[in-house]
Amino acid sequence: MPFIPHTPKDTEEMLAAIGAPDLEALFDEIPAELRIGSLDGVPEALSEMQITRLMRERAGQDGNPLCFIGGGAYEHHIPAAVWDIATRGEYYSAYTPYQAEASQGTLQTIYEYQTMITALTGLDVSNASLYDGASALAEAALMAVRVNRKVKSRRILLAPGVHPVYAQVAEAIAGSQGLTFEWLPVNADSGKVDVDALPAGREPVAVVIQQPTFVGTLEDVDRLTDWAAEQGALSIAIANPTSLAVLKAPGHWGAAGADIACGEGQPLGVPLSSGGPYFGYMTCKSGHVRQMPGRIVGRTTDLDGEPGYALTLQAREQHIRRSKATSNICTNQGLMVTAATIYMSLLGFDGLARVASASQQNTARLADALCAIDGIERLYDGPHFHEVALRLDRPAAGVLDALADHGILGGLDLSRWRPELGNALLVCATETKTEADIAAYAGAMRDVFAPTARRRA
Amino acid sequence: MSELPGDLLYTKEHEWLRKENDGSVTVGITDHAQSALGDLVYVELPEIDQELDAEGEMAVVESVKAASDVYAPIAGVVVEVNEELSDDPEKINADPYGDGWIVRIQPSADVDDADLMSPDDYQSFLDDLDD
Repeated sequence: MPFIPHTPKDTEEMLAAIGAPDLEALFDEIPAELRIGSLDGVPEALSEMQITRLMRERAGQDGNPLCFIGGGAYEHHIPAAVWDIATRGEYYSAYTPYQAEASQGTLQTIYEYQTMITALTGLDVSNASLYDGASALAEAALMAVRVNRKVKSRRILLAPGVHPVYAQVAEAIAGSQGLTFEWLPVNADSGKVDVDALPAGREPVAVVIQQPTFVGTLEDVDRLTDWAAEQGALSIAIANPTSLAVLKAPGHWGAAGADIACGEGQPLGVPLSSGGPYFGYMTCKSGHVRQMPGRIVGRTTDLDGEPGYALTLQAREQHIRRSKATSNICTNQGLMVTAATIYMSLLGFDGLARVASASQQNTARLADALCAIDGIERLYDGPHFHEVALRLDRPAAGVLDALADHGILGGLDLSRWRPELGNALLVCATETKTEADIAAYAGAMRDVFAPTARRRA
Repeated sequence: MSELPGDLLYTKEHEWLRKENDGSVTVGITDHAQSALGDLVYVELPEIDQELDAEGEMAVVESVKAASDVYAPIAGVVVEVNEELSDDPEKINADPYGDGWIVRIQPSADVDDADLMSPDDYQSFLDDLDD
C-alpha cells in the first residue's frame, strides 16, 4: 500500500483552499513557548549520503559493550527471521492499514498477537497494543476508573515494586484527569509490599502490582490481588511478558485473577534501540472490554462463510465516540507487534520459557560472582527473576564509569530512582550472556573494587 | 412509524418518560431513537443511587454503527436500572416503550410537563425532522 507524500503544489493548493498563508499558520494555536524550534543533536536537512555517514559515526560511539542493564528494557536474542519477515513490504509501513477489505494479513497478524498475549497473561481480551509499558499503565489506570464506577476516589495505589518511571508517566498522563497515585508501604528488608501494614479504608479504585518487581523480586501477588478485591478495587498487573512463560499469569492471581494486565512488550523481539520504539500490551477480563482503550481486531466469517478479520468494538474509539472515547489512542505499534508476533511464533511457549529460565539462571550466576567480591552483597534475599539489586560499599555511578572503561555496561544505578536504598546497583544477565561474559564482568568488577591487589597478583 | 404511546411524555433527545404511581419516573428511548441507532449491542447503565442532573449523561447505548449518550430528562436519583439490558440490549429495539425501559428516577422536584412534549407534540417534532 503506497503512502505518497504531497507535492509542494498539492500543499499550495490545499493551503489556498482553506485560506492559510503557509503551513506554519496551521500551528498558530499552539503557544510559541510550547514549541520546540530545534532538537539537540538533530541537524538541518542532510543528503542521504551525509545522513548515512552521520548516523554511522554516531552508532560507532556506542562501541560494542557488553550490556548488563535491565530496568524495564531487556537485551534478548532476536532470531534473524523476525525482522527479515517484519520488514517485508507487506508489513513494513509507518502506518497500520486497518481496512478489512485491503488488510486481511495485517489484521490476522494482530489477531494472532492478541491471542498470544491473552494466553501469556491468562486474561480474556487483548487490544492491538499501546505505545509502551509506561503509558499502558496510565491507560490501565484511566480504564480502571471507568470500570470501577462504584468507587469515586480516583485513587490508585501502587505496590513499591512498580517501575518508578511508569509511576511518573502515569502521573503525568492521568494526574491531569484527577487521578492520584499513592505508594503502598514497603518492607525495607524485602523491598516488597509490607503486607502487615496495608492501609485500610483508602477506597482505592485500583491497586497496581508489578511482577517481577522493578528490582527483580517476586511479590505475593495472590495475596495482594485478593486484598485489592477486598478493598473494592480493581487489580492492575504489570508483568514482563518473558517472565510470564515461567511465572503465574495475572489472570490466575488470587481468587479471581487480576482485572487488567499491562506492560512493556519490548522483550518480545524488539531491539533495545536506545529506548524505542517499543510497544505496550494490555489485556483484561471480558467484562471490562467496553472500557478498554485502543484497537481490537476480531475474527468473523464473511458472506461465503470464510474466516475474516476486522476491527471490532469500535464504538469505544475516538472516531465514533469523539470526546467520550475510552482513549485518544486510535492506533497501535503495528510494526513492533508484528515483530513480537513472529518472535513468539518462532520461539513457541517452550522456547519463551527457556529464554526466561536461562535469563533467570544467568542473572543468579552473575549475582553470585559479583557478591563474591568484598563490598558487594545482595540487597534482597529470596527468589528473583532476571534482575538482582546489589548493595555496594561505594556510589554506583563511579563503579559504572570504571566498568564502562572495560567495555561493560554494568547495570542501572538505583540512586536516581530509589535514593533511600543507598549505593545500589540493578544488574541483569539475559540468555544472551555467556559464562565468559559473566566472568568478564566479574573480573572487571574485581579490578574496580581492588585494583592494587590485582596488580600485585 | 408505530403509534406513540399516549400515556408517555417525550423529549427532543428522543427519550420517553412515564410517571409512576409512587412518584418515580421511568425513562427509555423512543422507537424513533432505537430505529435510528440500529441493532443495539451494549447499554451502559448508571449506578443505583447515582444523582442525575437534568440533561446530564445518564446512560450510553451502543449499536453496531454508533454509540450515543442518553441524557437524564429530569434531575433526580436513580432508584432502579433495567439490569436485563446488560445481557439483552436488543430488548430496546424489540420493545422500546416496554421491556426496553432503561432507568427509573426519583425526581428531585416536581416534573414540569411544560418542559416535556405530549405524544402529539413529539409526533409533530418527528414530522418536522423528516421534512
